[in-house]
Amino acid sequence: MRQDKIIRVLLTAVALTAIAGLALITIFLFAEGVPFIWKTGAREFFLSDDWKPTVSEHNPVPHFGILAMIVGSLEVTAGAMIVGVTLSMACAIVLTQFCPARLAAVLKPAIELLAGIPSVVYGFMGVVTLAPFISEHFGGGNGQCVLAASIVLGVMALPTITSISVDALQAVPRSYFEGAVAMGATRWQTTTMVMLRAARSGIVAAIILGMGRAIGETMAVIMIAGNSIMIPHSLLDPVRTLTANIALEIGDAAPQHREALFATGVTLFVIIMVLNSIALVVSRRRAGSAAS
Amino acid sequence: MKTALKAMAMAACLAALCSGCGGGRQRAVQVAGSTSIQPFAQMLASEYEKQQGEVKVQVQGGGSMAGIQAVSNGMAQIGMCSRDLTPEETKLYAPIVIARDGIALIVHPSNPVKGLTKEQVRAIFAGDVKNWKAVGGPDLAVTAVTREDGSGTRETFTHLVMGSRTIAPGVRVQPSNGTVRETVRSSSGTIGYISLGLVNKDVKPLEIDGVAATEQGVIEGKYTLARPFLFILKGSPTPDAKAFIDYVLSDKGQDLLVKKGLIRAK
Repeated sequence: MRQDKIIRVLLTAVALTAIAGLALITIFLFAEGVPFIWKTGAREFFLSDDWKPTVSEHNPVPHFGILAMIVGSLEVTAGAMIVGVTLSMACAIVLTQFCPARLAAVLKPAIELLAGIPSVVYGFMGVVTLAPFISEHFGGGNGQCVLAASIVLGVMALPTITSISVDALQAVPRSYFEGAVAMGATRWQTTTMVMLRAARSGIVAAIILGMGRAIGETMAVIMIAGNSIMIPHSLLDPVRTLTANIALEIGDAAPQHREALFATGVTLFVIIMVLNSIALVVSRRRAGSAAS
Repeated sequence: MKTALKAMAMAACLAALCSGCGGGRQRAVQVAGSTSIQPFAQMLASEYEKQQGEVKVQVQGGGSMAGIQAVSNGMAQIGMCSRDLTPEETKLYAPIVIARDGIALIVHPSNPVKGLTKEQVRAIFAGDVKNWKAVGGPDLAVTAVTREDGSGTRETFTHLVMGSRTIAPGVRVQPSNGTVRETVRSSSGTIGYISLGLVNKDVKPLEIDGVAATEQGVIEGKYTLARPFLFILKGSPTPDAKAFIDYVLSDKGQDLLVKKGLIRAK
């Protein structure tokens, strides 16, 4: 009994450390970044795409507007989700519905292995193979662009989304499948009308996690996105994300510039929180209505 | 700029106070200024401290102007400046060239363009020239790659090439010499600039105004995309500062700088 108590206290303490870490990061980030947004003015900071952080003889007043990066992050993430969700859903459906169990037992771990590849390797592959390919066939400069970043990030999100979706589909009771088939539904009808709906909340959770990976990814994006400070007007324009902005410039940032980068971090943090909350609420509501 | 200078000055003040309150036992040399020289100075400082245990060398950034300012009001004994001094500045301060750094414009090896004028380079990075045809090359779209804002290499490039023009927003940005080189290497229409010491056979350095980008060209002063790395002094240096400068200019110090890709002072 006493042992139980000790272990419980210990584990609680460990669990609290993780939360304390999150709290510390949040407090630190906001303490560093929010005063800067206040000082610059939220309007100028969020709604201007003029980012010239370094003072020089031709730029006597620094400009800190991150609109281009906000748009960039959202665009690239949306693109990555289009690529990633399409591929992952195809993979998950094939693995659970259309492929012999033995083959699936080999393929699923293989797809999960993709998650273990470091992001810098994805970025490198993108620079060496994908960007030249895009440049050659579609134009758009050297191929470092929204499209390239979306494809690379989509592939990076694929193992997360696939793996969790497969688990969700496998967790659907066997009787649902048998019931549908008994009523004369084809395999495809069973999949789309019964299995995917029953597994919906798990699939939404998978997409949220994949989206988190895409919007937070930094290294691969820096290598493949071109990082220009402009709002991209086409898929072939270069783009800079919020994460890339921080990682690119933190190295040589003067004090004020550094504050601006922390403020960029705050923005990213809030965007991710909002996206996740929306997705969570949506998935809960849908799960609820599906059950009733 | 003013706030940066103030922050810089305060930091130097604090550093001076801290070194002062050590009971005078720990002797220190304050070095402040250009962020381009800062990493090299830090490297030299730590090697110097390893070699002798008595004098600490404290290196701070802030920019070339901040370096001159810090020397001027005595907050640093040595200022770092990565451009030539203006005539007025030369009257007040003594510059010591510790190394030279060249900047090479690089293109894909398959690009037939051999060289550009500074005006052409400026037009490319300002976004006026979008096709290599306009500067005597093939019909191929130009993609320019620059360094991130705040980078010393970018600062020098802007200073030496861009004049009053700014780098166009659509120009790609890469965070290091190495990634700029990789970007240029992987696509045929790309142009970028990197430190001369880091050019390799994957990329082709361009002639600028008809002069090849070589260390020899920089040493002879013919290749103009080069800058001195200066230590700035006001009056005669303290013995400790002088000892550090002597170390930097010694064969050992110079060899360390050459190993990091710079060009010998002499």
